[in-house]
Amino acid sequence: MYILIVGGGKVGSNLTSTLMHMGHEVTLIEGERERYALLEERFEHVVRPGDATELFVLERAGIERADLVVAVTGDDEDNIIVCQVAKEKYGVPKVIARVNDPRNQQHFDMIGITLTVSATATILALIEHELPQHELVTLIDLKRENLEIVEFAIGSESPAAGKFVRELSLPNRSRLISVTRDGRAEIAIGDTKLAPGDLVMAILEPDVEDELKSQLMPA
Amino acid sequence: MASDGHDVTVIDEDGEALQRLADSWPGRFIHGHGLDTTVLVEGGIETADSVVVSTDGDNTNIVIAQVARTRFGCPCVVVRVLDPGRAAFYAAQGLQTVCPTSGAIDVVTEAICATPGRSA
Repeated sequence: MYILIVGGGKVGSNLTSTLMHMGHEVTLIEGERERYALLEERFEHVVRPGDATELFVLERAGIERADLVVAVTGDDEDNIIVCQVAKEKYGVPKVIARVNDPRNQQHFDMIGITLTVSATATILALIEHELPQHELVTLIDLKRENLEIVEFAIGSESPAAGKFVRELSLPNRSRLISVTRDGRAEIAIGDTKLAPGDLVMAILEPDVEDELKSQLMPA
Repeated sequence: MASDGHDVTVIDEDGEALQRLADSWPGRFIHGHGLDTTVLVEGGIETADSVVVSTDGDNTNIVIAQVARTRFGCPCVVVRVLDPGRAAFYAAQGLQTVCPTSGAIDVVTEAICATPGRSA
């Protein structure tokens, strides 16, 4: 695969070496002169200088034959433009963008950049997952598959507390994955009985989230 | 626009930008980032007839313009794009782009071509 990576910070440079080790052909574009010089010592001809939101920079880097473009700069607008141009002007089959500020996620979605990675949102979710008290946390958001993996706590007020999994009337497009009690996780099966304090993981299509919530969390 | 009697709101992330407007500035000024939808809504984007996007960042402008057009359905969105390449691409996508760089090149070219050379 020919992969174009835009942005040579920690994410971009580590991604470049990982993908090269996997045997892919990679070009990394970095706009900042000083950072480019450092990257050039490490990656040599693989890294190219320039502002990747300028079309000629993308063209010189061979965007027309790229199978994948990954935009991981620290600037959300730059990432949006690189991906939009790659997709709509050069017909790149797959683009992935980094979302720096989770509040900008809606703009990526609106513009049609469906594959996004947000370190901030992921870190927030994982920290929330570690907190004793939490409502529903989205752990993994698989946008392209239209699936998400969520976790929530069963409170003493939950309509599901004291019930077996098979007794619950869960939405069709959802499944419980596991139940964690006192730090030990077990795969959720029909005979699993839910108790207050349990942490339950579920996989579902995002649009049935409210329906699932109503079955498991107090109104 | 304001002195022509239009109702104008300015959004700028630099609070001091207000000082560049005349003391008699009749419109509103909102301190915030143009990509922040709460700021846009506060500025009245949902009812605005026109939106002009002219920050000093081409990419920021292009994204804000698309948000104004697609998400808020604003009937007239004019966006400043300094880079002629991006301006042309997004104009072809239906955005009303203004490219000062191309404009300046046209003016200069015209001035040069309109003047007879020494040999003439």
